Amino acid sequence: MRILIVGGGTGGTIVANNLARRLTPEIRAREVKITMLSASDKHMYQPGLLYVAFGQMMPDELYRDQATLLETSVDFHVDPVIKFNLDRKQVETKSGRTYSYDVLVIATGSREMPKKIPGLDEGSDSFYTEDGAVKLFKKLREFKGGKVGIVVGVPHKCPIAPVEFTYALHDYFTARGIRDKVEIKYHYPINRIHSIENVAKWAEPEFERMGIECETLFNVEEVDAENKIVKSMEGSEYQYDLLVSIPEHHGMEVIESNEMGQDGWIPTDRHQLTMEGYDDVYVVGDTTNLPVSKTGSAAHFEAEVISENIASIIKIGTPVSEYDGKVYCFIEAGRDKATYAMFDYQNPPDLKSANKAMHWFKMSYNKMYWSSVRGLL
Amino acid sequence: MSEHKIIDACNTYCPGPLMELITYMKQANVGDVLELLSTDKGTASDVPEWVNKIGHEMVSSEIIDDIWHIKVRKAK
Ligand SMILES: Cc1cc2nc3c(=O)[nH]c(=O)nc-3n(C[C@H](O)[C@H](O)[C@H](O)COP(=O)(O)OP(=O)(O)OC[C@H]3O[C@@H](n4cnc5c(N)ncnc54)[C@H](O)[C@@H]3O)c2cc1C
Repeated sequence: MRILIVGGGTGGTIVANNLARRLTPEIRAREVKITMLSASDKHMYQPGLLYVAFGQMMPDELYRDQATLLETSVDFHVDPVIKFNLDRKQVETKSGRTYSYDVLVIATGSREMPKKIPGLDEGSDSFYTEDGAVKLFKKLREFKGGKVGIVVGVPHKCPIAPVEFTYALHDYFTARGIRDKVEIKYHYPINRIHSIENVAKWAEPEFERMGIECETLFNVEEVDAENKIVKSMEGSEYQYDLLVSIPEHHGMEVIESNEMGQDGWIPTDRHQLTMEGYDDVYVVGDTTNLPVSKTGSAAHFEAEVISENIASIIKIGTPVSEYDGKVYCFIEAGRDKATYAMFDYQNPPDLKSANKAMHWFKMSYNKMYWSSVRGLL
Repeated sequence: MSEHKIIDACNTYCPGPLMELITYMKQANVGDVLELLSTDKGTASDVPEWVNKIGHEMVSSEIIDDIWHIKVRKAK
């Protein structure tokens, strides 16, 4: 039985390690082989980018060598897939090799698409990449006062990041003693300030207290980078000095070019996490088209279900588990407080008030992540 | 040919039904009808508000067996 995992980020790594442990006897008996193909020899802890944007973490703290995160029985290659032949159960890679599989797990993640909006790339800064976060921090450090706009594309990974960034921005300028010289204006695509109703209800009075202005129903149509104006599809505009964007995301190019899902989002069964039409192909993490938030947390819970089911199918011929839509997200509420949101397909999030203990838990989790992807947590 | 696509956003909280509609609206062609299924009662008012502001067209909105079926035509 050849299990092939494409993508060595949060979802792929948890699937690989979880499977390697569950299937130790079968791997030793050479009945099962687990192979992982990834596009990089490094693994990035992406949530750390939020801290890089405020100079609280250095970029090198976000990385580990992917090979060191994997069980030794996982055969790992840095060799990105360029073609999926799902009907022949094969993938082709950049190096020209062909890998055949019995079970395929796709975990290729997502990417930001700033070029989809005219002017957005030139006219705004984003902390969703290492370069972007560093560049933004340098600009924030130099910022002496003026108007800062925050705009959000749909869909994007980590839906809580815009709110977290805004809180952190307020605290950053307050700490620098120039908050009174800065206007912060938060723009959001739907008619409240966050997609989760409870989060919106909690954040609204907090934003008001912090003097953060908000405009809802603001979907960016274009940015006039020269004159520093962002325009919305709904017909309004904002003149800024610094524009921070979280651009719309797509799945990876390889998913789009192989026509496996529009915009790179693979049609995925809500509970079994198999690709529609293919019982031998599982999809995990950001690249699914599931109506759940694109987070490491969702990828983690999905990865556990997928590994449990692949292992049980090998051992007893049937899956044993179903994904229930579970997501658990920390929400940083500034520099020293945090809360969390937990929900699944049946239960909406019930938000608790932010406190210091939760912030320190999140700070610890930033380190514990590496144990988590190794499968030790 | 205009398409009719169904978006099942029942029992979802984040990013939620309206965000799902916005995502699929970007992928659709002018003239396509998207039918959003939602169990969230707020969707029945959230969607028309966005659709009217942005200039798409509300086709219908009805509740069948506790599920909202909201049809929107992409107008631009
Ligand atoms: C600023 C920021 C803050 C965030 N904060 C949080 C948070 O607080 N909580 C949370 O839960 N999530 C957060 N996230 C989201 C989280 O990081 C992602 O949702 C998560 O990493 C998704 O996991 P994944 O396995 O789907 O993809 P990824 O972890 O992105 O991994 C994708 C992998 O696929 C590989 N790959 C790509 N193309 C190919 C190819 N062609 N062939 C082979 N391999 C390929 C890549 O090299 C990579 O290893 C945040 C993200 C950002 C950017």
